This record gives sequence, C-alpha cells and structure tokens, in this order.
Amino acid sequence: MDDRNRTGNPGTPSRQYLDFEKPIFDLEAKIAELKQVASVQNISVDEEVQRLNEKAKKLRHEIYSKLTAWQQVQLARHPMRPYTLDYIKEMSSEFVELHGDRAFADDPAVVGGFLMVDDKRVMVIGHQKGRNTKENLYRNFGMPHPEGYRKALRLMKLAEKFRIPVVTLIDTPGAYPGIGAEERGQFEAIARNLREMSRLMVPILSIVIGEGGSGGALALGVGDRILMLEHAIYSVISPEGCAAILWKDQEKVKDAAEALKLTSKHLQDLGIIDRVISEPGGGAHRDPKAMAAELRRIIYEELNYLAHLDPETLIERRRKKYQAIGFYKEDSP
Amino acid sequence: MSWFKRTKQSLRKTPKKTVPDGLWRKCDYCSEILYAKELEKKLWTCSKCGYHFLISTEQYIDIICDSGSFQEMHRGLRSGDPLGFKDLKRYGDRLKEYSKKTGKEEAVVTGFAKIGGRDVVLAVLDFSFMGGSMGSVVGEKVSRVIEDATEHRRPLIIVSRSGGARMQESIFSLMQMAKTSAMLAKMSDERVPYISILTNPTTGGVTASFASLGDVIIAEPKALIGFAGPRVIQQTIRQDLPEGFQRSEFLLEHGMIDMVVPRGNLRRTLEQLLEFLAAGLASTAAEAMKDEEQSPAVS
Ligand SMILES: [Zn+2]
Repeated sequence: MDDRNRTGNPGTPSRQYLDFEKPIFDLEAKIAELKQVASVQNISVDEEVQRLNEKAKKLRHEIYSKLTAWQQVQLARHPMRPYTLDYIKEMSSEFVELHGDRAFADDPAVVGGFLMVDDKRVMVIGHQKGRNTKENLYRNFGMPHPEGYRKALRLMKLAEKFRIPVVTLIDTPGAYPGIGAEERGQFEAIARNLREMSRLMVPILSIVIGEGGSGGALALGVGDRILMLEHAIYSVISPEGCAAILWKDQEKVKDAAEALKLTSKHLQDLGIIDRVISEPGGGAHRDPKAMAAELRRIIYEELNYLAHLDPETLIERRRKKYQAIGFYKEDSP
Repeated sequence: MSWFKRTKQSLRKTPKKTVPDGLWRKCDYCSEILYAKELEKKLWTCSKCGYHFLISTEQYIDIICDSGSFQEMHRGLRSGDPLGFKDLKRYGDRLKEYSKKTGKEEAVVTGFAKIGGRDVVLAVLDFSFMGGSMGSVVGEKVSRVIEDATEHRRPLIIVSRSGGARMQESIFSLMQMAKTSAMLAKMSDERVPYISILTNPTTGGVTASFASLGDVIIAEPKALIGFAGPRVIQQTIRQDLPEGFQRSEFLLEHGMIDMVVPRGNLRRTLEQLLEFLAAGLASTAAEAMKDEEQSPAVS
C-alpha cells in the first residue's frame, strides 16, 4: 500500500495514517507536544491550544469535505478502521458468537451471533477483516468462502425461526477467487442468500461499514433498509479490478474509483442507499467508541421502525424495493 | 454472419489457405478443423471432442423451441447510463456501437415459446452484446419474464451465457442480482418451475444469481461456469488450475448442477423434465384459482 505511512513502531497499528491525513496528524502532534511541555514547565498554554484545536478542526473539515473517490476508498480500507467485531464489542457485552455452516467448515471471514442491543435481541452477522498479518491469514482479509455465506444464511434462518431481527455489517473486498471457493460453489451460495434473504420473515437491516465489494458484500446485503457509513464504499467491482479490465491499466484506480460512483453520497443520490450514517470528524477510526454508539442508536431506531411491519408486508416491501432498482429507457409501445 | 468470420485467424495455421472464408472452422477446444456445413448439422458442436460453439440467440431458440413458436416480448428496453460512466470510451457510445454491430437492443432476448407443444417462458442471454453482461435492462427483462411465468403459470427457461455484472452500471448491475433472485423467490413460492441452462461461458454476477437458482440446472458440455474468472483465480493463488477446472463436468462432479446435456439432446431433455415439473401447473392463474375454489372444502 503505497499511500499508507507508518510512524514509530511498525508493529503498532495505532500510528498509521494516510497521506492526506498527515497535515492533521502533524498538527495534533504539535498540540500534544505543547501540552506536554506546558505540564512539565507548569505554564498555561490554554489559549494557544485552543487556537490550534480550532485550526485542526478547520483543517479536518477542509480535507474531509472534498475527498476524492479514491481517498474515500482508502478511508474505507483504513487499517485502523473499526471492523465488525470491534462494533459488536462496543455495542454490547451480551454477544454469543455462533459458528459453522453445518456442511463443511466455519469461515472466520464471516462472524455472527446473538447480540443484545439495549433491550433488543438481534442476530448480527458481518464480514470480519484482520488487524494484522496473522489475523488476516486467519480471516482471509475478510474475503468469504462459500461456507461464510452458508453460515450467514444458517444464522438468518435461525433468527427467522425465533422471530429475531437480523442486522448485517458489510465489510469485504469481495468473494475469494480461489479453487476451493469455486469447487464448493460460491456462486450457488451467494445466489441462494440473495433469494432467501428476499423472503426472510424477519426484518433485515444491512449496513455497509467499510468495503462493500461486489457479490461477496451483496450476499449479506439484501435488506429492508440499506444503510452506509459516511466513508464506506460499495461497488460491483474494486477500482483495481475495474481499472485493469476497462482501462487495461492498473494505475488508473483513481479514474475507476471516480467512475464507479461508489461513495455513500453518490449511492444515496442514486437512490440505492436509504440512509447515510455520519462518522466522527476524520472518520470512524478517529473515534471508534463514538462511532459504535451512533451505530447502536441508529440500529435501535431502524429496528423499532421495522418492528411495526408484519412479515407479509415486510417481504412484499422488500421484493418491491429491489424490483424497482434499475435505470433504463423504454420505448412506448 | 459475423459468427463465421472468426475462421480467418484459425485458417492461418492450416495449409489449406485457398479454402474460401466461412467454409471451415477450427474448434476452440481441440483445434480440429471442421467443415462448416457438417458443424451446422451437428448443431455447432465439434465432431471430434464434442465442444459446443457459442451460437446466436436465434440459433439457440431454434434448437430448443418448437419451430416458429417463439414470440418475442418486452422489446424496446435500452440501457440508460445511470452513472455517466466513461473509461477509455463513454458507456453510451459503447452501447450504440454494440447495438449497431449486433442489431440487438440489449444482452437478452425474452418471450413466449413452446417446447414439445407445452407453453414456456424463455429468456436467452446474448453474448454478442457486451459479453452478455447484466445491467439494468438484462435485470429488468429477466425480472419481467419471471413475472410472466409466475402470472401465466408457465415454466421458465433461461439460457445463460454471460461475463457477469456490467461494470459500467456498477451498483445498479450489482443490485440486479438481488432483484432477479428476489423475483425467483416469489415464483418459487408459487410453485412455478424454472430450468436454468448454463452455456459457455457463464460467470460472475449471472452465475451468482438467477443462473444458479434453477429447480433443475443443465449445462452444455465443457462450458466454463464459475463466479471468479480463471485468470483472476490464477493471479490470486499463483498456481496452475487443475485440468477441467470450472467446466461443466467439473461442476457435475462437485454436485453443482443436475446434468450435462449435449445440444442434440437438449430439447428431448427439456420435454422430459417439463413432463414432471409442469404437469401440476394450471394453464392460467385464473384457472389455478378456479381449481382451488372447486376443491371441496374439508372441515
Ligand atoms: Zn473439438
């Protein structure tokens, strides 16, 4: 990753920042240093700190209000960005993780289980990336095998049986292009999820929290409401893949990212995303606790609303929602 | 027919340089040189290795449907350009070019037909139009025939050949996977049968949606069928792919499809299957309702 810099000990991911984040980091380092000096020398620098804080706020706004599509992609893939299990841990202490597809294996790239969100029982299912090399080998960088989709569907059916609403958290580069994944029919597993999610008799709330990569994302993404974090992305192919195929040049990722209209703002304007969830200044990774609290609040609110719909209405609405998606011209007969 | 033009390249390797263009064709699979007339008689399958050539939508309809029974529906749908997409070319210009080159409106043809005298609803993806890729129009037309089949209570048959979702419509093409699958859920709930026929090649978003959801799934011999393309897989895992990987026979072996059927037997197989799948279908929804009303109320 060329645009990613590290300072200090490369083993600690807490100091990682992107190129365009650097001015903010520098300023924040300066503020911290000033405070440090002041406390040692016992002098007041409140005025100066306040001035610098104002400056940092302005700088953040300046940078984040005009991010390019490619910068959004980098933010969505930020190595410090909270992942599914981070949100789960922050949202509730009551989480019972469930494992396995009951057919072949347990796919660690997809996690799920019962979660108590305040007083609501929820089945939460999400893609899970790893924070470091070791974790990523285990989680396969959040790229599911067929077993991941099948585990997800098994948990959804379990939720349906006990009338528990489903919340999915989407964060994957995409389906894993490997021999085993094809041998065991990942196309079938994805297709089946799309069909079964469309007729699941309990509410489904889908939230893109990071990377919404193609079929691997959609396989957890058919819902009554589709939400997206401000700096998440969602597209049919990665900018890298798109650049290689359509531009025949892998360097054209920035053009591809722009063309794919993959940001939350674009997707809301296009009518695909129902609601965009604002992130803390600088992105979810700058304040994961605040982000998780906001996420919990919105999940609660959305599920409250969906709880009013009876199963038949819910399914009818869900099918019609997807049936209406399309952009084409039709000659009048 | 543009279909025969590809012989030019293959002829270069053969000594018979004087053979008129279009008379001979080389098998894409085993490289055997085949006499075009003989090839046509064999429904465009290689007499040496059995490879099934990619054929036009019209040729396909002729092969599986009763002669002259196909009646096209849902004409007049053309792709918009929801994202204003431009790579090296504008998407809008690409669409115009393909339309001109192929004479097709989009990458799928849909309609009513008969197979063995039985009414069916049919969709055939057209590989010549942007590789049979699924954008909003393909998704919408497939959804409409699913509705037709559901409403008229006629078996649905979809012949797939597609490179997958159409990148130029990004999120819209991705969502067509969910859309067509959701429509199939309803059709399945209404117990209307669906036979999916996979031909060479069927990959990406099409395999990961409606093509994999048939009550019965048939594949043509040696067809490439998978989600990820073989080249992407090879680049990812950096090792050679096993012999026959992602071909129909491989899928059959792994339990992903019901059968591999050569083109020559396809119509007969469909007739056989429909005998079982469609026997319980009333010819119209109204009739089905009448049947229900007439059934004696048991208390
Ligand atoms: Zn051959």
